[in-house]
Formats: sequence, C-alpha cells, structure tokens
Amino acid sequence: MTSARLWQRFTPAERMARFTVYFAVVAAIAASLQTVQVIPEFISDAPEQMADMLRRMWPVAWGFYPEGVHEPLLDSLHIATLGTVFAVLMAVPVAFLAAKNVTPFAWVNYTAKVILVSARSVNTLIWALFFVAVFGPGALAGTLAIAFHSIGFTGKLLGEALEESNRGSIEALQAAGAPWLAVALKGYWPQVRPAFWGIVLFRWDINVRESAVLGFVGAGGVGMALDTALNLFQWERAAMILIAIFAVVLAAEVATTQLRKRIL
Amino acid sequence: MAARTGSNNAAFVANWAARMAWLVFAGYFLYAASHLELTPARFLSGLDHAGKFLARLFPPDFHRWELLAKGMLESLQIAVLASTLGVLIAAPLALFAARNLMPAWATWPARAAMVLCRSFHPVIVAILFVKAVGFGALAGILALTVASVGFLGKLMTEAIEEISLKQVEAVRATGAPFISLVTYAVVPQVFSRFVGFVSYETDANLRNSTMVGIVGAGGIGGTLFAAFQRFDYDFVCAIVLTIIALIVMGEVLTMRIKKAFRV
Repeated sequence: MTSARLWQRFTPAERMARFTVYFAVVAAIAASLQTVQVIPEFISDAPEQMADMLRRMWPVAWGFYPEGVHEPLLDSLHIATLGTVFAVLMAVPVAFLAAKNVTPFAWVNYTAKVILVSARSVNTLIWALFFVAVFGPGALAGTLAIAFHSIGFTGKLLGEALEESNRGSIEALQAAGAPWLAVALKGYWPQVRPAFWGIVLFRWDINVRESAVLGFVGAGGVGMALDTALNLFQWERAAMILIAIFAVVLAAEVATTQLRKRIL
Repeated sequence: MAARTGSNNAAFVANWAARMAWLVFAGYFLYAASHLELTPARFLSGLDHAGKFLARLFPPDFHRWELLAKGMLESLQIAVLASTLGVLIAAPLALFAARNLMPAWATWPARAAMVLCRSFHPVIVAILFVKAVGFGALAGILALTVASVGFLGKLMTEAIEEISLKQVEAVRATGAPFISLVTYAVVPQVFSRFVGFVSYETDANLRNSTMVGIVGAGGIGGTLFAAFQRFDYDFVCAIVLTIIALIVMGEVLTMRIKKAFRV
C-alpha cells in the first residue's frame, strides 16, 4: 500500500483505449508494408525517370496557351462555379432535413444524413464516370459530378450550422404566427449566413482544383487537354497546362481569402 | 401609420449593392450555362438514358468478389502508408514552418513546399508519379503522400503557432536543448490536435485511394474504371457500394479514435 495516491492523467479505460489505437495503427502499418506490391527496380529507377520527365518538359510550350489551353481552362472554371451553385441548390433542402432542430423527425434526419454520407463517399471522378455514362462526354457530366459530390460536404456543414443556431429569434417568429418560409428566411438565414458563405467559398476553392482533373474521364475542362498532351507524350505542352492550372489554383485561393475577409 | 413610412423604421432594409451582385451573378450563370451547352433539353434526353443505366446497375453483382477484395485491400494499404509517410514528413516540416519557433529563413522554404504540395490535385500528382515509378500502388502511395504533406503540414503549422509560449520559455530557462524543448513543451500541447488531423487525413486518403487507380496508380479505382469501360455496370454497382461501406466504416472508426484521444 502506498501512502499517497499516484496522480494519473487518464483513467485505466482511457489508457486501454489509447493503447488499443496505438497497437492497431502499428499493426496496420506493418501489415500494409509487408503485403503491398511494390517493385524495387521501379524505386531505384525513379530519380532517373523523374529527371527525364523534367528534361522533356523543357522548354515549356508557352505558345500553346492561346490555342489550346485558354478555352478549356475557362470551361473548367465555369464547371467549378456552376457545379457549386447546383450543389448549394440541392444541399440546402437536405441540410434543413438533416438538422434535428428544424426537422423534428428522427427518421427524416437519418435519411438525409445517409444521402449526405453517400454523396461524399463517392469520389468526384467516380460520379463523373457515372454521368459520362448517362449524359455522354462533356461539361454537363462534369458539372453534375462536381455538384453531386459537393452536396455531401456542403449539406453536412450547413446542417451543423443550422443545428447551432439560436432558438430565440425562431421562437419569436413562430409565436407571431410566421409561416415556415418566413421562419427560414428571417429566423435561420441571418444566423447561418456567415457560415453559409464560408462553406460556399471553401467548396468553390476545392471544386476549382477538382474541375481540372474531370477531363481524364471525359467530363470536360482542361483535364481533357492535359490527357491528350500526356497520351501523345507532348511533355512541353503538358508542362504549359500544369503551369496554367497552378496559376488558376493560386488565384482562386487568393480570391477566396480576400472575399472571405470582405463578406465575413 | 405615418411612423411606418420612414425608411429607418423598416424592419428589413433593402441592400441594393447585394441585389446588384445577385443580378450580375445570375447573368454570369446564364452565360456560363449556355457556353457549356447545359440545356434543359440535353438534361431531359439524358434522364431517359439514366433510367436504362440505373436498371443495369441493379442488382449489384458480387460474383468476382476476389477481384473486388484485392482492389479494396490495395486501396487500404495505399491510404495507410500514404498517411504514415505524410505524418513522418509533415510533422518536422510543420516545426520548421512555425513562425513562433523558427526564424524566417526556415519558415519560408517550409511554407513554400507545403503550398506546392497542396496546389495540385492528387490525380495530377499521381500521373506524374506513374511516369516516374511505373504503374502500381507505389505511384498512388507517393501521390497521396504529397497531398497529405500539403494538408497536414498546413494544419500542424497553425496548431504549433497557437501554443502557449509560457511552457516553451519554462523549458528553455532550464537550459534544455532544442530536442527537449520540442518533446516537453511543444508536443504535449499539440498532440491531441495532431491525432485529430491525422485521422481526418487518413479518411481523406481512403477516399482518394479509391480514385487514383483511374490513372493507373493502384487500388480499386483501376478495377472500377475497367468495369466501366466494359459496360459491366452491375459489377460497378458492387464496387461503389463496397467503397461507400468502407468509407462509412472508416468515419465511424476515426470518430472512436478521436473520442479515445479527447480531440
């Protein structure tokens, strides 16, 4: 028997839980390392191949920009913006259904959450494959792919913002006999507006990046030009396209940061 | 009712600047939609297709479950290894990028490296790595590692910059070397937040590891893309359902981990 009780930061159950997590992580890493199929020759060859790739990219085909990059790049931006708009239009109703305080039916909340999780779990490119199969190759498939994947993210965050909103003004409106549209527009909307714009800007920023790769599965945008350049081994043109994408992504990030400061 | 005519008394004041902005945006929306040829007619003709397509998706065909399991396992391996490598690179890099611990000559290169890692979509990085290290899981692991370094690095840097400097000064006052400063003053303050970031990034890597296969970088994506090209839609449905199940399981698991570490 010790005279003084030893102070411990965690309860035995917590220590056990932590130990289990550490153990599982190490086991997962060890198992993956042992079973993953990696060809050692490819690793030793990598630096040479990398140098070869960079050499082929030089000199960058700057002249290719006006004829083959500008148009698809703008298409990509349009796809990202329109996709975000459609996503928001579809996500707002689902978010209202998913928020417990707005919709007091547990099974409706649950169904809405299943919709949001499934939309998020299927990657944009996989959505794009679906929509290319349905609508044929082109920007329509890309826009819908961006929209459907973004529903999950936008709807989840918006639903959480709605659940955090204050009851006071909503009860006041309801007590005055306001119809549900008035409650939504004058009760909930002013409270979630900053969160809403933050979510939309953040998602648009992500969508600008994603819209650049949709072309690999034929869903329009600058990815199609990049895919063609890579398939024909035109590395100078591929380098030009990569630089253009880099510039647009940086510009989008700066623009969203500035807009966020302005709006919020 | 004279008091209500004054505009100051209106409960909801009209914001003309915002209305103009909405109008401009609506104009842009119509222009962009017509430029991309997103017409209702095309959409409706597609819906006709969609019915046939959905009919061919169901019922899902789990006959070739061995192929499915092999692909999913490879995706899991890619996600685990990419997250591990990502943490191993991002944590020291974040230490170098933290403005409260390091001088400017160390923070700028570290920050630039993170921005570079974040700026390209994992699929584009995967294509470059497929060229460098050939088809297969290695390209996927490296591509997702780059993405993880960019994302984890940014979050970890911000977490380190928010720590309380009192503990750092206390440890420094004892004459401890820099390594002890990190292990006794910095790590205890940021550890649980790092666990949260890493579990989030592992989730993200799991999602992306189902996709990099489309460009030949290993995982279930290759199997999925091949099934699509062979119009093998009931197998596609089986793969997508498995992906959703795996990702939901991953989300539940990370929630449990976060609880255990009180994130």
